[in-house]
Amino acid sequence: MSTTTALAPDADQRPARAPERHFTKLRRKVTDNLTAYGFLCAALVVFALFSWYPIVRGVLLSFQQVNFVSAAEWVGWDNFETLFADPLFGIAWRNTLLFTGLALVVGFVIPFAVALVLNELRHMKGYFRVVVYLPVMLPPVVVAILWKWFYDPGPGLFNSILRTVGLPPLSWLNSADTSMLSLVLVATWASMGSATLIYLAALQTIPGDLYEAAELDGANLWQRLRHVTIPQTRFVLLIMMLMQIVATMQVFTEPYVMTGGGPEDSTVTVLLLLYRYAFTYNDFGTASAMSLLLFLALGAFSALYLRLTRTKG
Amino acid sequence: MAKSRVDRPVRTLLSPWTLEHRRGKVGYWLVFTLVISLFTLAFVVPLIWMLLGAMKTAPELAANPPTLLPDSFNVSAYTEAWSFMELAKYFGNTVLIATGAWLIQLAVDVPAAYALSKLRPVLGKWILGGMLATLMLPASALLVPTYLAITDVPIFGVNLVNSPAAIWLPAAANAFNIYLLKRFFDQIPTELLDAARIDGAGSVTTMVRIVLPLSRPILAVVSIFAIVAAWKDFIWPLLVLQDPGVQTLSVALQRFEPDTPINLMLAGLVLASIPMVVAFLIFQRQILAGLTAGSLKG
Repeated sequence: MSTTTALAPDADQRPARAPERHFTKLRRKVTDNLTAYGFLCAALVVFALFSWYPIVRGVLLSFQQVNFVSAAEWVGWDNFETLFADPLFGIAWRNTLLFTGLALVVGFVIPFAVALVLNELRHMKGYFRVVVYLPVMLPPVVVAILWKWFYDPGPGLFNSILRTVGLPPLSWLNSADTSMLSLVLVATWASMGSATLIYLAALQTIPGDLYEAAELDGANLWQRLRHVTIPQTRFVLLIMMLMQIVATMQVFTEPYVMTGGGPEDSTVTVLLLLYRYAFTYNDFGTASAMSLLLFLALGAFSALYLRLTRTKG
Repeated sequence: MAKSRVDRPVRTLLSPWTLEHRRGKVGYWLVFTLVISLFTLAFVVPLIWMLLGAMKTAPELAANPPTLLPDSFNVSAYTEAWSFMELAKYFGNTVLIATGAWLIQLAVDVPAAYALSKLRPVLGKWILGGMLATLMLPASALLVPTYLAITDVPIFGVNLVNSPAAIWLPAAANAFNIYLLKRFFDQIPTELLDAARIDGAGSVTTMVRIVLPLSRPILAVVSIFAIVAAWKDFIWPLLVLQDPGVQTLSVALQRFEPDTPINLMLAGLVLASIPMVVAFLIFQRQILAGLTAGSLKG
């Protein structure tokens, strides 16, 4: 860390060098570099303090026990053993994978299907775009509290609708069987606007002659979808899937606000458990070990995502 | 049908032919009606339900089945919620945090991206690589060590908990902004900057007078991302703003939720949503353009 802060130049030093002709080029180079680092210094400081240093510290903390009174103590793999001994650890991963899996089924298919339909509609396009994106603009806490009220098994909106159409009411968040699905529905509602509009933008870049050519070859609607639309949007679909996996594996706000992890631990997610370790039990070492495992699980997805967007996007 | 015009000759999945036949037309309008009803039901009705819910009285809200419209359109819950939850204070805190996060991101990331794109210092590639590498980390994997860095900032030795700087400074370390900005600056021809240099403009003048005016679109994208993210953020403010007096709207609403009457809570939710929804309706073109630009095209 000290090297990065040492790079911050003192701007006043610049004209101090003797302007000898031989050194003009060198001097120019030094000046240019000092200027550049002057522009960079603020960013280097914030990255060093709040990004690079925490990365290193996080790895170290995973193998330490800290109590902020005495110095941190090296404990080897103890933190990981604590995690593996905690029955909630396995439950949290299972719940999180269930959330991610359901979110892929619901939240990956629906936005693409919606975008496909919207792309065919010729009227009121502005309305559809604005309306589907409205929930994205609401703060997630607002959405979570609002939907908690909708999910109320008694006078809640959803059960009222079910009763009106003659279906049996559901317990939604109050039953371990439906709690996770309920959270997936909120999360999908709140975030599908961006995915839908990104797919819509991708669909609009497909050259029309591809469809015409396919049609001349006798391809029906389904075949055009399979052999033109999907291959043409494959890149976007892959990127969005990676992004969604990384985002949904970090789900926190919905379970924290709506269920607190219940009922029967059915909505304890990895991040919720990590939060408990760090800020309820003050066990920052074990929480860091958990962060490291989460990073290892997601690092591959993020790296692939970055690689794809940087090379092709 | 105010906007009923066929405005796109572009060929899509369906051929324009199909839509001209009588059967195609009937099918199109059936699908259109279905989609518009579903969209309104899924995305507009919940928000209207929230607006109306805040006008109902507590006993009315407990009634089962619920009333469709409130018995009387009573907006007193809004004023009551405003004072009961001290929303003015939390609005102020949120505005302060969002504005500060936005300004500091521009102030830190724009010069950095400009230096990496145009001044190209020694080690510049490594620095950029080091910044982009942080994008690979899921934000939550850094939650604990970043929190500890806030409680005791290395070298400076200060505790930033409960200070807006606890949100502003980590927000400035935003590699995505730097990536977007640098890519945009890369497209500005170097000849333009060389011309400015020959005319005697220094690097700061060149950036402020030549590069920034050309970069308005990307500055708008970065600004929108910064403000929307600050307004929506929950977990980070929850961790670093522990004193109720300095909390943001999201953190405060979540804290009030267990023991606030539901009609007041709903009014609070509506009020907290208004700024972003209004901003969206005004700047929708820029926001939606930024969405696709930021995610894919850069």
